[in-house]
Amino acid sequence: MRGILFVVAALAVMGLAFWAYQENYKTQATIREVRELHAQIGASHERLSMLRAEWAYLNRPDRLADLAELNFDRLGLLPIMPDAFGRVDQIIYPLPPILPITNPIELSSDAFQSVENPL
Amino acid sequence: MTRTPLRPLARILKARETGENPDVIEAEIRAKRHEEMHDKSRQRAEGRLLVLGLAFFCAFTTIGARMGTLASSVPEEPRATTVGNPIIGQRSDIVDRNGRILATNLATHSLYAHPRDMVDPANAAKGLAAIFPELDEAELLADFIGERKFLWIRRQISPEQMQAVHDIGSPGLLFGPREMRLYPNGSVAAHILGGASYGREGVASAEVIGVAGVERQFDGFLRDPANEGAPLELSLDLTVQAASEQVLAGGMSIMSAKGAASVLMDVHTGEIISMVSLPDFDPNNRPRVLTSGDQSDSPLFNRAVQGVYELGSTFKIFAVAQAMELGLINANTMIDTQGPLTWGRFRIRDFHDYGPELTSTDVIVESSNVGTARIAMQIGADRQRDFLGSLGFLEATSVEMGEAASGKPLLPANWSEISAMTISYGHGLSSSPVHLATAYASIANGGHRVEPTLLRVETPEVGPRILSDAVSQSAIHMLRQVVVRGTASLGEVAGYEVAGKTGTADKPRENGGGYYDDKVIATFASVFPASDPKYVLIVTLDEPSVYTLGETRRTAGWTAVPVAAEMIRRVAPLLGLRPHVDTPQSIGVTLTSN
Repeated sequence: MRGILFVVAALAVMGLAFWAYQENYKTQATIREVRELHAQIGASHERLSMLRAEWAYLNRPDRLADLAELNFDRLGLLPIMPDAFGRVDQIIYPLPPILPITNPIELSSDAFQSVENPL
Repeated sequence: MTRTPLRPLARILKARETGENPDVIEAEIRAKRHEEMHDKSRQRAEGRLLVLGLAFFCAFTTIGARMGTLASSVPEEPRATTVGNPIIGQRSDIVDRNGRILATNLATHSLYAHPRDMVDPANAAKGLAAIFPELDEAELLADFIGERKFLWIRRQISPEQMQAVHDIGSPGLLFGPREMRLYPNGSVAAHILGGASYGREGVASAEVIGVAGVERQFDGFLRDPANEGAPLELSLDLTVQAASEQVLAGGMSIMSAKGAASVLMDVHTGEIISMVSLPDFDPNNRPRVLTSGDQSDSPLFNRAVQGVYELGSTFKIFAVAQAMELGLINANTMIDTQGPLTWGRFRIRDFHDYGPELTSTDVIVESSNVGTARIAMQIGADRQRDFLGSLGFLEATSVEMGEAASGKPLLPANWSEISAMTISYGHGLSSSPVHLATAYASIANGGHRVEPTLLRVETPEVGPRILSDAVSQSAIHMLRQVVVRGTASLGEVAGYEVAGKTGTADKPRENGGGYYDDKVIATFASVFPASDPKYVLIVTLDEPSVYTLGETRRTAGWTAVPVAAEMIRRVAPLLGLRPHVDTPQSIGVTLTSN
């Protein structure tokens, strides 16, 4: 009886040792993965903050004003002035779409034109 | 083991025969047996002690060795248990009220040298001098071949410069990561942001510390890793700030002024939407503090917060509003304006003679010194001081900037009746434009005290009441009349119902002894829209003069007012204020039917 107990205990210790060994390696692998992810997040953050800084730099008011002035011919941008405000009823409703022509009628001028322009 | 009996029969019998005492034999054997037992247990105890000693030795050796390795190794952050985000450790951004970036960080590199590791110092020095024109080749070489082991070359270098240094290929030239504070908008809001510089520096990193403005005031917040990179939200609006700076700079050059300041404040919350002080500077490249001369000539000087000036007639509304609050006058009370008013050796006179009397509204509209001084005499010095104190004129403003404390108002040493009279029209008490904006905000918002702030206010708090609603309304009505038919007629902006008061104060001579004849501070304090006041705008020009209609003019009505009007025209639409259009009554037949 005692012998069996010893054997079982010894097996249990070996089993637990094996489990602990495995868990240790799994944990280390996970920690390594977390470290890599952190490094990636850090790099992404740095890139993001660089991009945000660049965005802010490219959108600085002085530059936008200069660009608006340079491209005035194409864009016609002016500083917003009080007369830019309007009322809703000053905006026209969108025009109803034109229905597709399903039954075209042959006009005599078509035939006439085709005769005139042989090309 | 054979066990010896206590009384062995053979010996006992033998002893009895010889007549000895057999008990002696028993005692002898017993003693022997005890001795054996004693020896055995002693041996066992010694064995145990040895084991225990061994165990303790092992334990202490382990602990000692562990301590030794901990002490000699580089500390490492525990990675398995991370609380929060370990990556965002840099200084927080500063953003405006809409989240646009005012200050952020850029990862750059620093350049340092280990001269001992250099293979060809002469070539390295030559290469560096070619990349950085401000470095001297001979000096560098002297450092490289001298005794020094370590040498900073540049605190910050651009990626292109870094590549060029790489191409020199010297093993003694090394790079360290370096965080740089960047103000992407250049000089926009320069005075508010202040600037940053490096504190303690190491090869691997450097501490960025704020040196002025909100960077210094909120240094602790910006550096606190517990924020996890949450930005500092200011009350400023970047677009409005930029537009204000543009308009003010234009106005300053047209009016040939030496300096200018403007403050735009929300009347209900005290949030400063824009605050400009010209001339300004680029916080990315902060100029040095003047070591001699007048600090107010430096571009670093913030006229809106630090500059205390006698703000002239803009103060008149405070006397009239207080007198109305006390029930001494109402908007139509006739005030004696017969000048000059003599008090001791002082004579108070007006710009023009306005006749024997004016209504209190017209005292404001025509800006009569004599009339206001008479109202101040009715109020009395003590009550005036208390009232101005409740508007915030007696101490430095609570604006969250390191510089705000230096903008302490200059008060008369002895607040006598003559002081009260001169202060009522804005002489004898110097305060900053932010003080004036705060006081006008209190008048415009229905009479509640506001605290000026540079931080975005989520939930506005209503301050203690200073004036009644009715007095606030009639004060605004008076200010509106100033623009409609008074000294600020150039300040009318169609649709925005500007109300305001001009103030032109002679500049006091620096060495004491009176005032300059041809140097003024021209101020226009305005509130818009008058029917439902939302914003206060203060524009101050330092020493303006403009040649208009055949003469050189310095009064605020000709200098500060047009600049303020242009600013309102530009800024009000950006603030989302819709112009108030009077819909004309339709002329014609009104159709009615049953």
